[in-house]
Amino acid sequence: MTGHIIELRGVAKTIHGHEILHNINLEVRNGEFLTLLGPSGCGKTTLLRLISGFEEPTQGSIFINGNDVSGLPPHKRHVHTVFQSYALFPHMTVFENVAFGLRCKKIPHAEIQQRVTEALKIVKLEKYAQRKPEQLSGGQQQRVAIARAVVNQPLVLLLDEPLSSLDYRLRKTMQIELKQLQRKLGITFIFVTHDQEEALSMSDRVVVMYEGSIEQIGTPRQVYEAPQSLTVAKFIGEVNIFDSEVISIDDKYITVDIQGKKRIVKNTIPFNIGQKVHLLVRPEDLRVWGQAEVTDTAEMFPGTVEEVIYKGTTVDLMVRLSNNQLVAATEFFDEDDDRLEYAIGEKVWTTWLSGWEVVLPHEE
Amino acid sequence: MKNDNAFKYFSLATTWIWLIIFSFVPYGLVIFASLMSHDTNHLIRLPFTLQNYVELSEPIYIKIFIKSFYIAGISTLICLILGYPFAYTLARMKSRLKGLFILLVIIPFWTSSLIRSYSMIAILKAKGIINSLLLSLGIIHEPIPMIFNNTSVIIGLVYNLLPFMILPLMTNIERLDNRLIDAARDLGANRITTFRKIILPLTMPGMIAGCILVFLPAMTLFYIPDLLGGAKSILLGNLIQNQFLITQHWPLGSATSIVLAILLAVMILIYLQSKRNKKEQDLL
Repeated sequence: MTGHIIELRGVAKTIHGHEILHNINLEVRNGEFLTLLGPSGCGKTTLLRLISGFEEPTQGSIFINGNDVSGLPPHKRHVHTVFQSYALFPHMTVFENVAFGLRCKKIPHAEIQQRVTEALKIVKLEKYAQRKPEQLSGGQQQRVAIARAVVNQPLVLLLDEPLSSLDYRLRKTMQIELKQLQRKLGITFIFVTHDQEEALSMSDRVVVMYEGSIEQIGTPRQVYEAPQSLTVAKFIGEVNIFDSEVISIDDKYITVDIQGKKRIVKNTIPFNIGQKVHLLVRPEDLRVWGQAEVTDTAEMFPGTVEEVIYKGTTVDLMVRLSNNQLVAATEFFDEDDDRLEYAIGEKVWTTWLSGWEVVLPHEE
Repeated sequence: MKNDNAFKYFSLATTWIWLIIFSFVPYGLVIFASLMSHDTNHLIRLPFTLQNYVELSEPIYIKIFIKSFYIAGISTLICLILGYPFAYTLARMKSRLKGLFILLVIIPFWTSSLIRSYSMIAILKAKGIINSLLLSLGIIHEPIPMIFNNTSVIIGLVYNLLPFMILPLMTNIERLDNRLIDAARDLGANRITTFRKIILPLTMPGMIAGCILVFLPAMTLFYIPDLLGGAKSILLGNLIQNQFLITQHWPLGSATSIVLAILLAVMILIYLQSKRNKKEQDLL
């Protein structure tokens, strides 16, 4: 026993001579909501198909509940998949769809009746049992697909971009419903998505994937606030990247040079003097001040407002810095700054609170 | 606005004119002829009569009807059994050979089916290829009678009509969503259950289309029973042909065609009705 519900060790997958996944090591904790996040083509769906048993890894091994499952067909793995676009059987009623797995296992009729009714009740579709899938809305079909999987009491539920075909509002509602359902059932969910907002709002932990490798595993807060690579930082949310160089180092702080100005930042990774680094600052951490509002501009960068986008709760700005770099800033209305009026072409000062940046070694 | 309307009427009119010229008028003429009298000097003549339909209820004709339905039914069934696995393999094929295989299904169409039916004689006859081969291998000691009987008619019909089964089936199977099969496997269905519960019901429209496309011509292709069935094998197609061309009894030939058309239409209606009833039941 490994203590993990699913464990992948050194898993690689090559299809037609093309390596889709390389050296994947992943441990999934029992009962957690884990999201595989990455742009399309990063291998996240392939990873899911390896776990579900539709594909076999070229290298490495997969353990489910402590047992090596290599060679086991999908239905012997105690995991079930909710497919993208649901794959409901169009010629069967909702009830028959949900009952399908139980019928394959030759469960007695009375028990099927009871378990299917229960599963439909969980997804609030008991009134629709005799409908055909085509007579249901997208969200309802989605819930049938979930009921069809959970009725078999899987150890792990695999969800392959299940919300991608729903419209924006319905997606929001389904995100909350899915999360609640997962808490209620206590089943481990592995959820695949390319939507970073979805990943952040639903998951206990996020696995960020890029080009067949895992870039970072962490809580939504960790991957957003402390990205370990430029790839992760760029993929999750927006980010402004300042190129700079380390000038001096002490225990807690390092001093860097950005566009001729010195800034002191936290010393997180051991850096060397003279090393090139990236400073990452999220738009919402970037402050933009009008010329008249500030006096001490030693740690500020001059720029010109190029674009002002009013969004109701925030104002988004695009500011062209003196070195021609374009940065994005999101300003919130609050008691310090309730006017937030900027004119295009206005000269401004931009800065951020020290310590809110992330420093990463330079990457080409 | 006015132009839009003009276009609307034009396109509707085209459809109607097409239907009138190619469907209603010919059928009207056949119905008309089937209600006329006949004598040796006239192909058709007055007065109007139902005599032709009465004549068709004689046992000899009923026997031909039943035999035709039987032969066409068997041929359709064989086409389905032979065609389904082939269509399935072809539809699921991912290699470049797929196009080639589809071409191989279609190529026979490029040769007249009359000529191909003659070549069937060469293959099936007593001193034909199959019998010669089996005799020379010592598997049989006297030729198997394979020609000028029902078997040869069925072989000929199946050979000629198989593509009409394969092509609609293939199109249907190609459209089948692979994820449904994945989903069935994921839920614990083995290959047989997946096929029986998922693939078969979902390819039913293709099978029905294929069966209709095979069954209808199988009833009326007159030259195949003519060539391969010998004198013994009179089917509906031959009957109609004989009535028009040999005995020149146009009214009776027309009546036979109309009865055949009505029977086929009834079969299709029964099928559609059964489907609709099922849908209504599902809704309840």
